[in-house]
Amino acid sequence: MTMWFTENHTKDVFFAFKAKQLFSTRSDFQQIDIYQTKDFGKVLVMDERIMLTEKDEKIYHEMIVHVPMAVHIDAEDVLIIGGGDGGALRELQRYPGIKSIDMVEIDSEVPEVAQRFLPEIAGDFQDARFTLMIADGLKYVRTTRKKYDLIIVDSTDPFGPGESLFTREFYGNCFDILRTDGLLVNQHESPYYRLDAREVQSTYEKTKMIFPIDKLFQAHIPTYPSGHWLFGFISKKYDPLEDLQDVRWSKLDIDTFYYNLALHRGSFALPNYVLELIGKK
Amino acid sequence: MIREYKLNQEEAPLYDALLEYRKQRMVSFDVPGHKQGRGNPELTEFLGKYAMSVDVNSMKMLDNLIHPVGVIKEAQELAADAFGAYSAFFMTNGTTSAVQAMVLATVDPGEKIIMPRNVHRSAINALILSRAIPVYVDPGVNEKLGIPLGMSIGNIEKTIRENPEAKAILVNNPTYYGICPNLKAIVELAHQAGMKVLVDEAHGTHFYFERQGPISAMDAGADLAAISTHKTGGSLTQSSILLSGPGMADEQGYLRQIINLTLTTSSSYLLLSSLDITRKYLALQGEKIYQRVLEYANYARKEINNIGGFYAFGKTEIDHDAFYDFDQTKLSIHTRDIGLAGIEIYDILRDEYQIQIEFGDLSNVLAILSIGDRPVAIERLLGALSDIKRRYGKKADQIAVNEYNQPKVVMSPAKAFYTKSKQIPLEQTLGKVCTEFVMCYPPGIPILAPGEEITAEVLEYINYAKEKGSSMTGAEDLATEKLNVIDQP
Repeated sequence: MTMWFTENHTKDVFFAFKAKQLFSTRSDFQQIDIYQTKDFGKVLVMDERIMLTEKDEKIYHEMIVHVPMAVHIDAEDVLIIGGGDGGALRELQRYPGIKSIDMVEIDSEVPEVAQRFLPEIAGDFQDARFTLMIADGLKYVRTTRKKYDLIIVDSTDPFGPGESLFTREFYGNCFDILRTDGLLVNQHESPYYRLDAREVQSTYEKTKMIFPIDKLFQAHIPTYPSGHWLFGFISKKYDPLEDLQDVRWSKLDIDTFYYNLALHRGSFALPNYVLELIGKK
Repeated sequence: MIREYKLNQEEAPLYDALLEYRKQRMVSFDVPGHKQGRGNPELTEFLGKYAMSVDVNSMKMLDNLIHPVGVIKEAQELAADAFGAYSAFFMTNGTTSAVQAMVLATVDPGEKIIMPRNVHRSAINALILSRAIPVYVDPGVNEKLGIPLGMSIGNIEKTIRENPEAKAILVNNPTYYGICPNLKAIVELAHQAGMKVLVDEAHGTHFYFERQGPISAMDAGADLAAISTHKTGGSLTQSSILLSGPGMADEQGYLRQIINLTLTTSSSYLLLSSLDITRKYLALQGEKIYQRVLEYANYARKEINNIGGFYAFGKTEIDHDAFYDFDQTKLSIHTRDIGLAGIEIYDILRDEYQIQIEFGDLSNVLAILSIGDRPVAIERLLGALSDIKRRYGKKADQIAVNEYNQPKVVMSPAKAFYTKSKQIPLEQTLGKVCTEFVMCYPPGIPILAPGEEITAEVLEYINYAKEKGSSMTGAEDLATEKLNVIDQP
């Protein structure tokens, strides 16, 4: 059945496309839907928010993985919090130097749905380096004894099941399990609409108090609210520009759709209104 | 089921009456003036049309709380049945008014009442209203944690023997920290001596529905109990129930008169319907709900104790006397081993982690788990405590500070309250008799009550608590830099 899918970007603004629903389920944590669309391919929607589309998911997943990996190129132990769709996993699997990839996803249905309906997007869940844990992300970082080089926070929005991943206690506990040169990258919401901008501000306030290096970078993701999306580069030691391993990264010869080294550098150049938002102007 | 109900607890007569009222689309030429919200659009937008449409006045079909003969009477009977009480009185002035009604109904002016001093301010306020004379029992202290307990039976026995003319004994079940006295033994001793047993059960609503929880006042045979259904039961703030045991069977009319002395004549139907619906929910689902709450609390206690530096105490502290039983849904956490005062952790949690807990005093914090908790919220609290440990955790260099100072009572609270007083700077008050309250709120347990001598110990406590950032309340001077004392020549 063809219908209109609508996502409210604010109370008074919405984004809509014609879609055919392929699948719908209510997990213990959220509503999960898969739609087929003409312009965006398959679309994964959670609690009525677009999580990814086949058309532009690469932008998001390449930026959340290659930006930190091109800096901390020797990272061996990587933790993904959330990311049950497997897109970040797929990008990480392109680095032979990585020894372990642990994913902590709260909702067991997300990886199941992703593997069933989005096999081209989802990475290889059978990879020997990969471990999937169905658990609360905050609880995991509080209790694990394992140390990591890189943590990727690939979460839903700060309401619903992802709420605890935008808290100070979460980032504080992450600090604890990162090695002395470890770093963390998070999806940092959009600076555009007023309510989203507040989240950008409040998350940035929290992380900058914990980590010595905290910089935002941006990408253009057309199907997310406003299309203007931010990520946080939150690090104990490495600076995203000064410590960029451009030569070594180029040698890895990773074929990308969106990411390149010039874009890496440019993505940290923020518009004035965003600098103002985070008190850097 | 915890107890066999005599009535059909699926019913909610007051709730049904409000639904029926709404269906009738009554035109009102009575108060409240907003007339189902029409007269106050912004408020209606904020609170919702639904809520405003039942913010109505007493009328025939909705009964009247000060003279219940219809649906309120039925709702109260259902509540009495649900809580295993002889009768139940809905209160819309908070549990404060229920505590005051208990004292006023059982102790006449000039008569004695036995109580621990670590009661809520509402109980001592009741002494001012009733002009009753308190006989304080030392509640006992857990030295390791620095917290007052629930009174030893030996102490109570002695106090009863020395004050045989006392009319009643008032006990906390549980205390703010979750400590329960040996209520059954207290009831037995008091009844033998012809005294009534009044129980401040503000934090114990759930005892009536827990299978393994501490004994409730009604089950222990107490005469009156004030339960804050809004605290752990889920009803709206300010709604409360006064329960009466069979020992008050002959005084039901008098009890109603006493309640009506201070009860508003315009009781809110939002509050009343919340009591009716909450009672139904607890009667039918309470056991299951509180079993879940208990599991959350026990999990959290275990995890907190694994963090290190924090001590979430539990049943292991039980001493079979003044610490007779423990309410395990209370997450009482001793914080001194982390090098921070409870109040400091309370402030850090709120300001830096957006986590509001019930209170922090000098050595402890209290997180209350209740009907509305979820695992994700509990993980946030645990995560925050773990992060506080990472940031602040240092060796314990501070010993527990005693939260309880035995008061030096010079005159009754009422006499002091009504005696001519003057306001003088705090540092000049040593040895003077205080005529007002001083307390950290929460928990609202007075450090000083009217009629007590201001000792060096008390002054030290006040200064220390202020230094640690406790919010001091009770005194006329809002900054608590001056105190009212008896104007002696």
